[in-house]
Amino acid sequence: MSRMTSTHVVAEASRAEVNYDLVKKRAVSFFVHLFLILVSLSCLFPLWWAFASSLKTQQTVFTDLSFFPKDPQWSNYYYAWAKADFSRYFFNSLLYTAVVVVGVVLIASMAAYAFSRLKFWGKNVMFLVLISTMMIPIPGSFIALYVLLNKLHLVDTRLGYILPQINGGLALGIFLLKTFFDDLPKEIEDSAAIDGCGRFRTYWHIALPLARPAIAVLAIFNILAVWNEYLLAMLVLSSKDLMPLQRGLMVFQGAHITQYPLLMAGIVITVLPVLAVYLLLQKHIIKGITAGAVKG
Amino acid sequence: MSFNQVRKVVGSYVFVAPAFLLFVTFSLYPFLKVFQLSVTNWDGISSSMQYIGLENFKDLWLDNPVFWASMKNAFTVTFLALTAQNFLALFLALLCDRDIRGGNVYRVIFYLPPVLSGIVVGLIWNWIYDGNYGLLNHFLRFIGLGDLARAWLSDAKTALIGVSVIHMWKGFGWGFVILLAGLQSIPRELYEAARVDGANTWVMFKNVTVPLMIPVFILVSILTILGTMQIFDIIISTTGGGPGYHTEVPITRIVSTMIGSSKFGYACAMGVTFGLILLAISMVQIRVSKMMRQV
Repeated sequence: MSRMTSTHVVAEASRAEVNYDLVKKRAVSFFVHLFLILVSLSCLFPLWWAFASSLKTQQTVFTDLSFFPKDPQWSNYYYAWAKADFSRYFFNSLLYTAVVVVGVVLIASMAAYAFSRLKFWGKNVMFLVLISTMMIPIPGSFIALYVLLNKLHLVDTRLGYILPQINGGLALGIFLLKTFFDDLPKEIEDSAAIDGCGRFRTYWHIALPLARPAIAVLAIFNILAVWNEYLLAMLVLSSKDLMPLQRGLMVFQGAHITQYPLLMAGIVITVLPVLAVYLLLQKHIIKGITAGAVKG
Repeated sequence: MSFNQVRKVVGSYVFVAPAFLLFVTFSLYPFLKVFQLSVTNWDGISSSMQYIGLENFKDLWLDNPVFWASMKNAFTVTFLALTAQNFLALFLALLCDRDIRGGNVYRVIFYLPPVLSGIVVGLIWNWIYDGNYGLLNHFLRFIGLGDLARAWLSDAKTALIGVSVIHMWKGFGWGFVILLAGLQSIPRELYEAARVDGANTWVMFKNVTVPLMIPVFILVSILTILGTMQIFDIIISTTGGGPGYHTEVPITRIVSTMIGSSKFGYACAMGVTFGLILLAISMVQIRVSKMMRQV
């Protein structure tokens, strides 16, 4: 120690200081990650638990608390799919989602194109009225919707479940796509018009393909909304043949309240497509929510 | 007008016609119909209905404690979502706003519960809360707090808190994503300038982050309130409104008045009342936000 020169001491001291800062930074970062990981586990755990439970038997499900069942009962999925009607619910959900999404994209993009590009009497009023449904909450209008569907003989039909949901997606769709068309340069469409391309063909062949990014966002939001919808399905659909997954899950739970492994298999069947869509397209989803939120 | 001009005008309306027809049929008509039915005693089946003036409203406002209890329950859940859920979301967003490793992974995971349906989430949590086999009770016994074990969702004392926790678990990731985007839109130079002026983290948060985030805070709170007040799927898949009326919310009341007791007119009066309350809340919020922006 005594032999240490003064420069040594200074160097040593400053290195100690650097280390102290680094230690502090590392410690903070450690606790930040620890906290974030704990929250992440709380998000993932219930899903994993449902999955693990779907692989246990009716006898072991209440006593076996393992996260990785030793003797996974994949046959539960066969029963849920084939014997407990989940295949029917699954294809119904698939059909409803596909039809509603295609319907929303076509109808909303046509209207949005007209509101952005064409001139006609009453345009602005119409636009505001269509968009207003996005702003005004009308809880309870589902009562009158049910009454209307009843009058039109659409209760307990596929169409009765599909049409209101297409309508439900229009406000956001028109708003999103009109904003997109407004920002799009008009030149390409103008030159197409000069070449004798009609308005419908201009919309179909030029504007619509250009709007692909906005359409992707719109489609994803509607996929999630329709796949997860419950209230309307509960009101409108009473035949098992027509029910989508969310309704099917509730019916199954009501009839077989203690068949946990099969119920959990049904849940996994319901969640897997959502999970796949989400993980594949999560960048679009997050862009979509945040763009709307931060701009608006 | 020449034929071509007529064709052009008609053509324009063809573009908006499908959207407008759907809107008039499935949005506008039900919206107006709710008001009309709310002053009748219609039961939903018989072909005749009687105009009874404001009878439904009078009974609902003065003589329906269950409906107002359901409103209070929804307010309780909303209060918890506004405070606990949004503070957690903000705290997580602040942590992830620093350039931290794996930030995107956390974001993907936190937004997972919001993409699940209320039904799925409710059915999974049902089992976590179960009195006999529930994970929560297993866990409490494991750490020696077995005395606290109970059937969480059928116990009047814990049912409402129980469903609130489910709702917040499903919702915090959504607030997190919006708040994080708001934070990331704040120019970094502002923080650097503040640091040069000797501001510490807290001062920077108070004087830079908060003022710039106010519009985002207001957006998140309006959407939290509107979304939470109309909570339904999580309730119907867990407690169904029970035990007793302890977790009833306005939408479950409207649905059971309509389907359960076939009082369509009365249910419409409930819908109108509830809609007006939501409208009032959003108006107050917008007014407050305008005031805050002027300050």
